[in-house]
Amino acid sequence: MLSLLPIDTLLIAACAWLAIGLLGLVAPRNLRFISKTLFPLGALVGVLVGLVALGSLGEAPETAVLVIGLPDLPFHLRLDNLSAVFALLLGFVPVGISIYAAGYFRKGEGTAPGVLCLEYHVFLASMLLVLLADDAYAFMVAWESMALSSFFLVTTNHQHAEIRRAGFLYLLIAHVGAISILLSFGVMTGGAGDYTFAGMRAQQLSPFWASAAFLLALVGFGAKAGLVPLHVWLPEAHPAAPSPVSAMMSGVMLKTAIYGLLRVSFDLVGTPLWWWGVVALAVGLVTALFGVLYSTVQSDMKRLLAYSSIENIGLIAVGIGLTLIFHAYRMEALAALAMTAVLYHCLAHSAFKSLLFLCTGSVLHATKERSLGKLGGLIHRMPWVAWLALAGVIASVGLPPLSGFVSEWMLLQAFLFSPGLPHPWLNMVVPVAAALVVFVAALAGFAMVKFYGIIFLGQMREPGLKDAHDAGPWEKFGLAWLALITLLLGILPSTVISRIDAATRQLLGTGLADKLHEQGWWMLAPMSPERASYEPLIFLVTIAATLLLGRWLVRHLYHGRVRRTAAWDCGYWFQGPRAQDTAEGFSQPIRRIFEPMFRMERHFPTARDSKPYYSVKVEDHFWHWLYLPVARLVNAISGLVTAVQGGRIAIYLLYSFITLLILLLVARP
Amino acid sequence: MISVSGFLGQIFAIALALLLAPLLSGWVGQCRAWLQSRTAPPLLLPYYMLHKLFHKDVVLAHGASSLFRAAPFIVFGCMVLACAIIPSLSTDLPLAPAADAIALVGVFGLARIFISLAAMDVGTSFGSLGGRREMLVGFLAEPALLMVIFTLAMIAQSTSVATIVETLAHREFVIFPSLAFAGIAFTMVSLAENARVPVDNPATHLELTMIHEAMILEYSGRHLALIEWASSLKLYAYSCLGLAFFFPWGIAERDNFMALLAAIPLLLFKLAIGGFLLAGIETVSAKMRIFRAPEFLGTAFLLAVLGLLVRLMLESRV
Repeated sequence: MLSLLPIDTLLIAACAWLAIGLLGLVAPRNLRFISKTLFPLGALVGVLVGLVALGSLGEAPETAVLVIGLPDLPFHLRLDNLSAVFALLLGFVPVGISIYAAGYFRKGEGTAPGVLCLEYHVFLASMLLVLLADDAYAFMVAWESMALSSFFLVTTNHQHAEIRRAGFLYLLIAHVGAISILLSFGVMTGGAGDYTFAGMRAQQLSPFWASAAFLLALVGFGAKAGLVPLHVWLPEAHPAAPSPVSAMMSGVMLKTAIYGLLRVSFDLVGTPLWWWGVVALAVGLVTALFGVLYSTVQSDMKRLLAYSSIENIGLIAVGIGLTLIFHAYRMEALAALAMTAVLYHCLAHSAFKSLLFLCTGSVLHATKERSLGKLGGLIHRMPWVAWLALAGVIASVGLPPLSGFVSEWMLLQAFLFSPGLPHPWLNMVVPVAAALVVFVAALAGFAMVKFYGIIFLGQMREPGLKDAHDAGPWEKFGLAWLALITLLLGILPSTVISRIDAATRQLLGTGLADKLHEQGWWMLAPMSPERASYEPLIFLVTIAATLLLGRWLVRHLYHGRVRRTAAWDCGYWFQGPRAQDTAEGFSQPIRRIFEPMFRMERHFPTARDSKPYYSVKVEDHFWHWLYLPVARLVNAISGLVTAVQGGRIAIYLLYSFITLLILLLVARP
Repeated sequence: MISVSGFLGQIFAIALALLLAPLLSGWVGQCRAWLQSRTAPPLLLPYYMLHKLFHKDVVLAHGASSLFRAAPFIVFGCMVLACAIIPSLSTDLPLAPAADAIALVGVFGLARIFISLAAMDVGTSFGSLGGRREMLVGFLAEPALLMVIFTLAMIAQSTSVATIVETLAHREFVIFPSLAFAGIAFTMVSLAENARVPVDNPATHLELTMIHEAMILEYSGRHLALIEWASSLKLYAYSCLGLAFFFPWGIAERDNFMALLAAIPLLLFKLAIGGFLLAGIETVSAKMRIFRAPEFLGTAFLLAVLGLLVRLMLESRV
């Protein structure tokens, strides 16, 4: 009997994903074989990855050395608890996405299905290898495969110019980030030339070099995660990609960047300094606020979700910053609380954001429309998608009893302890930062009500929407799977935390599980029940019981009669779908209150227009403040270079000749 | 474990909330009428209204979906849960640990999301207008409320509502300046959250000035009854929360049914005073334009943050 270690099983899973991808090339145009056989197989592998990761949580780290790699630097792999938490997410969330994808891809849309299948599964396998990599070389190879495969996935419909543009923007920022990560690894080796992570851990860096490594990692992983100001690719790439790909990128890929940041700052670089935490906290707050404000004013449903992902990544960065601050002051119990909030939000966000992106995919297929202003009333035609999307919306707003609330709750609890920090001004500034976190969470409600209300509720804004159809069985299953994860993460926080606690314990030396075990499984009280407690199950049961009891009582004591009639028109005969709020109208208060935050181009109708129209275009300040100046600078420099590059071979030969002459003169023996 | 008397006490607290909430709304309406020298409506008017509405048929618009029909029940459930958690009579009830103050804000948030979505469901212009304005008030009021709670939580070293109330009831009589800021901010937020003047007018008939009424324009029959009941429960919950935070005396702290009964007269007295003051505020202030509401709530938010800062800077050694 051959016994397999978890790390071997995960390697086999990665190979299985690669093999499934390659099988897609056998019959690249056979949509039926690829979607109904290969994608479900990929989902099965995902279940395997998730189960193995779940089983290996709390176990000792395992290592493996592969035979492939550079001559004296073979691939080192290691499965520890931090990798396992993220592998858990990488296992279970793509199950829903793959099953959904089985019903999603249609004939004649861009890339051939077989090639798409290859890119998709290479993407999955490379993400798994990112989590397992234990030396800088393996990490960078996996990281680049992930970036490239996702680039090709984003440009699936490459016949459109704007999709190609979005893809190149993504590729550019991914590579700026990759360079930064590479430099960070270089700093962490400390010049010893040992590129394994074990070697980096052994290095004792001076505070200056440690800070340099941390900041480079923050920039590098921040570019992948979407921290401001490196966020610009997200709202371009997500709408461009097919919905399962957006779901995978937003739900899973962004989390690999969070994994990298956690790995570097808590594991590789040594003891953190307190001001790293302040930097991460500040960047996170700016990102969260920026993301949520822009998500409220979007008119494209996938852009709205992309900005909402930026917001969530910002909140995660805030949590990382808080953990770093507590950890630097050796307040490990509180650091553990903040770290648990970070990990929990990674899990929660990956499920609910994938769910929401997949719902936009169903809407897109049913209506061929991405603009909010042309949707409406889809709950009548697509009840399944609408009700499952509601679960994602509630989780995403961070309301009880679903998953988003648990992590936000723990983050706020951690903030409440920050006055105890032994630092003269941090203990006053950090608690006030909580005010901004709360504000972001409340604004997210506005954005999500807009998203849901305009797509699914109200009257249909276009006549064509009457033919919209609900999602097929595969799609429904994928959506329901993710909604189920969201629900379970919401109502069983203690059970989940006692599993993922192993990662917190590994990074910080202490966890929350001991305190959780003192209470029942239904209660979440990370410090003590007197201090704070939350029982989501009781929550759900009480609301459901009141709902059912109320309904039953009303029907029995009174009656259940219903009459249907036209909506009240306020005595005004014209009450068509155009009288409802448009997407722009809904967010008008936000644009008005936060006017300086946006760069707006508006056109107002005048009284004399024969064809009056109103338009508003909201743009990102960062384009004009940062990216366009940089682009102009690059253009100017390349303009200088073109002067030297004549394009004729004689000129280049002349250059070589002159160089040779100079060398002969200078390097005379 | 949950004791029998604790369970009974919990049921009793919920039943009392369900009964008293419409009475509180009626009392505020009556005080308002007196202060404005009008003939006062009967004190029990809200009960007659509920009874009448439950009898009537539900008239649904053609475009109403299942969400529209489910929302009143969900909102009602949320408010009942909120009333069960808030220590109106006793701090030692079985449901108290189910949610702390932050989760309580979450319950109100959940109800708000559902009522706003239901408002957008039929697809009339007033519905979506109301939903949008409600979310506007919500995202401004919610942070202010949470900052008030943060200030109190820092005084009590806990976010559990029961622990906060017990700590505040047993402290020596020192006036915390932070509590004053928090109290003012809480009052302002309560006015906005309960759709009272100066942010909204519960008795308005001008559609353009409405927030809450615009949202429920399409509701009728039992659905409307549940929503009205839920609104009065919300007013009751906010009143009890304010009383428990800022005037916490006389709330039972033991798992004892008699102590619970003994707490009722004091609660009634405090609610009557509170309702009168609310009517007073509504009488002396004028309804604001909707775009003044952000300034009003922004002030509340700043006051709450100021309270927090005062707590951190001046009182951290108290």
